[in-house]
Amino acid sequence: MNTLFAILFYLATLVFVVGLLQRIRLYANTPSPLLIPTTPAPVTQTGVVLRMTREVVFFESLFKANLWTWSMGWLFHASFALVIMRHLRYFTEPVWGWVALIQPFGMYAGITMLLGLCGLWARRLFVERIRYISTLSDHLMLVLFICIAASGLLMTFAVHTDVVGVKNFFLGLMHLNIQSLPASFALYVHLLLVSALLVILPISKLLHAPGVFFSPTRNQTDNPREKRHIAAWAAKFESEK
Amino acid sequence: MADIVAPAYRIIPIIPALKPGAMENVRSFVANDKIQTAIGFPGQLVEDWHDKAIAKMGELLGKYRSLRVFMDACVHCGACSDKCHYFIGTQDPKNMPVARQDLMRSVYRRYFTLPGKMFPALVGARDLTKEVLDEWYTYFWQCSECRRCSVFCPYGIDTAEITMAAREILDSVGYGQKYSNEIIGKVHRIGNNLGLPGPALADTLEGLEEDVKDATGIDVRFPMDVKGAEVLLITPSADFFAEPHIDSLIGYAKVFHATGTSWTLSSMSSEAGNFGMFIGNYDQLRAIAMRIRTAALELGVKRIVIGECGHAWRVAYSFLNTLTGIGDGADANDRFAQMLQKQLDHRYKQPSHICEFTWDMIQDERLTFDKEKNDKHIITFHDSCNVARGSRMGNYAGGQFEIPRNIIRAVANNFVEMNPATTREKTFCCGGGGGLLTDDLLELRVKGALPRMEVLQNVVDEHSVNFMATICAICKAQFTKIMPIYGFDRRMVGGVHQLVSNAIRLGDK
Repeated sequence: MNTLFAILFYLATLVFVVGLLQRIRLYANTPSPLLIPTTPAPVTQTGVVLRMTREVVFFESLFKANLWTWSMGWLFHASFALVIMRHLRYFTEPVWGWVALIQPFGMYAGITMLLGLCGLWARRLFVERIRYISTLSDHLMLVLFICIAASGLLMTFAVHTDVVGVKNFFLGLMHLNIQSLPASFALYVHLLLVSALLVILPISKLLHAPGVFFSPTRNQTDNPREKRHIAAWAAKFESEK
Repeated sequence: MADIVAPAYRIIPIIPALKPGAMENVRSFVANDKIQTAIGFPGQLVEDWHDKAIAKMGELLGKYRSLRVFMDACVHCGACSDKCHYFIGTQDPKNMPVARQDLMRSVYRRYFTLPGKMFPALVGARDLTKEVLDEWYTYFWQCSECRRCSVFCPYGIDTAEITMAAREILDSVGYGQKYSNEIIGKVHRIGNNLGLPGPALADTLEGLEEDVKDATGIDVRFPMDVKGAEVLLITPSADFFAEPHIDSLIGYAKVFHATGTSWTLSSMSSEAGNFGMFIGNYDQLRAIAMRIRTAALELGVKRIVIGECGHAWRVAYSFLNTLTGIGDGADANDRFAQMLQKQLDHRYKQPSHICEFTWDMIQDERLTFDKEKNDKHIITFHDSCNVARGSRMGNYAGGQFEIPRNIIRAVANNFVEMNPATTREKTFCCGGGGGLLTDDLLELRVKGALPRMEVLQNVVDEHSVNFMATICAICKAQFTKIMPIYGFDRRMVGGVHQLVSNAIRLGDK
């Protein structure tokens, strides 16, 4: 079992890192020939950074669009971020100060994460428009996250796992030294689903996470009259003359 | 046509229930062989359309980051799902922005992503069949590229970009739209969208000079092809003869007259509109825009000013510098752009909107008005979608909202706003933009105007509004056509410069 999970995590991490980097490279290398920022568009680079920060941290556009989706979506994402940060304790020795500090919050964030996910799924199931646009994978993606959160919460609050053992296993992985993993059904499920998530991310709609940073309507400066903007493939028309 | 009736106003403007298939039979006419080949597209659907379409899609994915990112990033959150005026008016679920995008995204997933290739049913991927292609044609010609959805999308996904790509793919396999492609042909052949040849244009302008002389007793000129003029005015060709557009053209001329600005129109480049954008074709977009550059170079003008036209202003403001070098800030070794940028007067923004020009003159106190001449009007302002969400005015964010309103307040006493959920960047399209202003889509146009008509009705009831000003040729044409169907007087619609024209003092300058 130890070796199996070790191989699984090495492979999943490889797929995740390589897949994600490739996708980011593809986005970065695809030109955007025309300036298409959406109003209200910032007129300076600083403005763009602020806009992107508001978008990524507070989901500004979604807030304008729909309060229910925003509140559930934001609750899920913020909680998830906390949960991930809390999990850094399994990969660092000694544990960083700020990670130790957020530990209690991170534990309860698991619950709010689950709440947010259920809210999002309820919307997908019961709102006619959202049900219409949902594919099977949209539902399964939520199920995956719900199972990850539920199995994690189970270990935190009910069937406690030997967290020291878990930490040893992952620290070992990081030093190419396979340690034994505590035998726990909930842990096996949790780790299996997390590695599935790592594999799925670079080939699914989860690409919205890197994608938002490359969205031309959000990351462009509104200065077309002040500075000429031209893509390499479009500039060729001019040299042919 | 006679049986098209306006949909009922919603009592509470809630999100409508879905009516699948409601608009599946509303299709604009397909371009014939002659129209298609005149602008370099295949005359009819090509034999190997499937492979060609997929190849074109691959090409566009490599050329446009917007398309590439937007295809991947959507999570089906539904933020956009109730934001489109066509969805609100028709209740057809495929007019929800996300569903419209998914018409293409489903094909993208099938041919360009691993999960779509392996498990199509799981991720909603599908083969590009003839039925799918027909569906593309139907629903990508029910989008006015107004970008309202993109304001609300957490990733800024802009359906207009996807619609443009779809139309580009359709054109490349010989499946073009008659209305837009015929107009593009006319621009190349004659110089403007309406096919008004130079001599007819000269006649029209002469007639206008007489009309203004009769009305005011003053010789206001409408010059054409004047070399060495300071300003080259590029305006939508509807301004030359359509009602109420022409009243704004008179307004521009009066502003130039009253400020003593030397200006000219161009017979060769007598069109501000650029339908190349509507069909998402960069070559056409560029070729049409290049006419303005050519005219500017030939006439040796110092400034380029654009008349009241929404998408023309988007192309002018956002794209002209890229396409033609009309603007500022080109590299020192960019000979193409420098050639023109050296000629232009950079004390002014290039190009400028006519509203920027007029507002600058008002601020410089070079224009005076008899505001009471507009007292018969209780005015509201409809933000045109392409001005609101695809461009800007002035030198600060949001100038495109403030400047037209400032002008209205400077020339008239009675101004009220419509519901703020439907103005500025949240404005609704008039229902006729993006290449849909054709009678074969009248049903769509009427239904798509519903959200604007509802809030107009509110200000009519509450404030007795009797004039809706706008700065777009398509808005003006669309509203004069569909407003009578909603029970409004068609003369309620007009341009901002129509109001300027009413109130401007000509004599004492």
